[in-house]
Parts: sequence; C-alpha cells; structure tokens
Amino acid sequence: MQNGRADVDSTDGGWSSPVTLTVNGTTHEVTLDNRTTLLDALRERLGLTGSKKGCDHGQCGSCTVLLDGRRVKSCLLLAVTLDGRDVTTVEGLASNGDLSPLQAAFIAHDAFQCGYCTPGQLCSARAMLDEAAAGWPSAVTADLAGPVELTDAEIRERMSGNLCRCAAYPNIVTAVREAATSR
Amino acid sequence: MRAFRYHRPADVAEAVALVDTAPNAAYLAGGTNLVDLMKLGVQRPDLLVDVNRLALDTVDPLPDGGLRIGATVRNSDLAAHPLVRQHHPLLSRALLAAASGQLRNMATTAGNLLQRTRCVYFQDTGRACNKREPGTGCAARHGQNRDLAILDWSEECVATHPSDLAVALVALDAVVEAYEPDGPRDIPLTELHRSPGTHPERETTLARGALITAVRVPPLPFATRSTYLKVRDRASFAFAVGSVAAALDLDGDTVRDVRLAYGAVAHRPWRAYRAEEALRGRQFTAELAAQATDSELAAARPLRHNAFKVPLIRNITIRALTDLADPVHR
Repeated sequence: MQNGRADVDSTDGGWSSPVTLTVNGTTHEVTLDNRTTLLDALRERLGLTGSKKGCDHGQCGSCTVLLDGRRVKSCLLLAVTLDGRDVTTVEGLASNGDLSPLQAAFIAHDAFQCGYCTPGQLCSARAMLDEAAAGWPSAVTADLAGPVELTDAEIRERMSGNLCRCAAYPNIVTAVREAATSR
Repeated sequence: MRAFRYHRPADVAEAVALVDTAPNAAYLAGGTNLVDLMKLGVQRPDLLVDVNRLALDTVDPLPDGGLRIGATVRNSDLAAHPLVRQHHPLLSRALLAAASGQLRNMATTAGNLLQRTRCVYFQDTGRACNKREPGTGCAARHGQNRDLAILDWSEECVATHPSDLAVALVALDAVVEAYEPDGPRDIPLTELHRSPGTHPERETTLARGALITAVRVPPLPFATRSTYLKVRDRASFAFAVGSVAAALDLDGDTVRDVRLAYGAVAHRPWRAYRAEEALRGRQFTAELAAQATDSELAAARPLRHNAFKVPLIRNITIRALTDLADPVHR
C-alpha cells in the first residue's frame, strides 16, 4: 500500500503501477504499464502531443521537457519512476495565452522550418538559460571559475542535445541569444 | 521492451538483498543507458530496483581534503560543483565533454562508471557478441572496428569502455564504495573494470547484487592543474574516439609528479602508469611527453581500422601536458 492506493501487485502481477504526475500545473493520477516512458505517458495518456518523438533513444532532443525545472529527455525516463514529480512541457511555457519571450524570439527570428524539433528546442533553451544564469560552465567555457557569458559558441555547445534536421541552427542561436539578453 | 516489475526500496540493504536474490533484476539510476538498451532488447531485466530515492545524491568534502561523491549525484551537478571546479577541474572537464545538457541532468556518477560499451555490434541483437551472448563470437573483431580497442583486447572482445568520467577518476586514484551482499567494500577504481579475456560478459569485479553507493576522490593538491582532452567525430554530443586525462606537478621545468589516463582505447579506463613513470623526475619537453606516451603504447595492438588511435593518443597527450606546463597555468 502506498498513498492509500491498492497494491497493484494484487491485480495484474505488478507489471503496471499507479503514478501521480503534475504536468503544467495540473495533477494527474494514472496507472501505467511499467514500460511507459514519460514521453508516451504525456502523448498517449494525457493528450499532450507537443512533446515530440524523434529518435526515441535520447539522441535527438525533440522529446525534451522540464522535470522539476531541469531539462531531461522524456523518451528515456520511465514514468513509473516519477511519482510525485513536476513536469513542464512546451504546452506550459506560455502564460495566460501570452508566449514566453523565448517563444516570441523563435517566431521573430524564424528559428524553425518544419517545427518538429521546436518544442524540444524551446524546453531545452528555457532550462539552458537558467543553467547559465546559475553559473554552470560548459565544455567551451574557458574559465571554470568565471561567470558565464552566453556567446554564440556557448549557445551552440549548450544546445547540442537538440538536433534540427531543417538545420535552422543559425536562427535558433539568434533567438536564444535574444531571449538571453532580454532576461 | 520486455515487461518488468518495478520496486522502490527503502534503503541500500533492501535494494542489495533484492537484486542479490532475484535472478534477472537490475538497478535503475539515471536510466540513460539501461532504458535505451531495454528498448533495443540488449538488456531484458524482469525487475527494476529504482535507487534514485536512496539519498545517495550529495557531494561531501572529506577531512583529508578529498571528496565523497554520492552514487546518484547527477553528472551536471558534479560538473558544476564549486569544489570540483576548484580542486579537480579534470573531472568537470570530463563530465562537460560528455553527452548533452539533458542527459547530464539525468545520468548519475555510479551509472556512468557502469555504463555499457557503445560497440555497435553489442547494441545490435542481430550480430554475434560474446559480451551480450557468451559463446556467440565477436562480429567486431574483423568487422568495422575503427572505434574500438587498441590495448588489452582479446579475440573474444574488442570493445571499449565509453565513459569520460571514469578516465578522469582513474587518473585521480578514486575509490568505489560498494555495498555487497556480504557488506560494504572499497574497490580502487583501477580494479573495478576487468579486461575482456575469455569472459567479456564479466565487466566488473563487483559481487553479484552489489550496489555502488559512492565514489571517493583522495586529495591531490596538484590536480588544480589538470585537464581532460577528448577527440570526437563532431564538435559536441559524441563519444570519444580517444581522450586523455592529465594532471601535472612541475618543479621549475622538472616533472615532480603527473597523472595520466586514456579513454576509448581499452575495455577499461586506461591508467598510463608507464607514461607517468617515464615523465617523473625528468625535464619537461613536448618530446619527453611523446616518448612517455610511446612507452605506454608500445603494448598497443591496433585493429584493422583503428591504427590512427596510436598517434592520436600521442598527440593529445603532448597537447594536454604542454598546455598544463604553460606558465599561464602555473
């Protein structure tokens, strides 16, 4: 027994589990096959299809969401492990219908073509700006002790977990740079 | 993916007892490697024991000046930790050279050490692989083996260990704290990973059911002058083709002490003891660095497609040590 719920072992042999997830401020209680990734739970069970399935192996970044504020790849996270955790998807980036400055910058700078990787790019960039603001160094940061200046080289390195097959990279860098300077 | 049961243990002892007695159980930490291998059918556990909530996620300074890194400290948190950045820059550099921002937020310290080879034949269940299925042969031995081992391989397996962090930690003489069914045990990291030999499926010296709980890094004052150089096929987000972890202690121009380790060359992170010995007490020059590397790589047996790794390792060793010897870094 956990949180007053019946132990699922008694019903299906333990192959699925009850999970409570808060997504974009709304709490959901679902019972999921243990094999369900966070990405599939979001798309197939909660109807949030903004997060995209690209490679499904953690290599392309299109499934990027925020877990307790940190960027992660939802295709490699088993939803059963996330009981009680807080998830933000691309659907949660705008507030009251107003696009975030980052989203507005992506539109202003034409930072996409087909748009498939964009939800992942946006979630990744949102958290990346927080990481840089917290002083986290990157592989191209010359001085590990120093403050982080988000040069184009820094933005490219920090966004390397998000691929764009339309190769909109120059405009993505411009949009992220603008969002960084407007913070 | 094969169906599995899921359990979240209350403490380390319960986790170890469970995995020790369940024939096909696996620990789940960050999952960046395991979940992927489960999707590929390479790993097929029927029980996952989730160690993410066991409170093994702190970095603590030790009284002797060393560092104790909890097993589930995320790669990103370790790379950004002020003490690591200040005292062990090669650790930060190795971590930041690996994976992507998202994966570093997920991947853990112990999971990084225990990740599986990225040999493409191991990851392809349609190919022969003694590591995945003992006795089936090694498709890589005479296959596309550019990315694979040049040192210490066997006819049964030519895989490399893919970790960057392990290379930096092995240079620092890190010690793994494991909890085994018989109780806790300390294992020098240099003795954690095994050579492939005739049993490449046995990758570590951990007892069955063992759980790594922490990694201890002893103090090494001159590690403030250290670095990690990694060569990969693209500018970011790729595994190493070759890498070197280096720390250098100079007295004037004389090498007082040095630590060197190589990555992507063998089944284990490769501590370069011979090269270190060839450097100690000598006047530092780029030529000496080259000779020292050659003495280490004299044992190299390149495969058909990876002879380039020998000069590559030599070149990055020279560069790493020369950069560290530069007066700017003193």
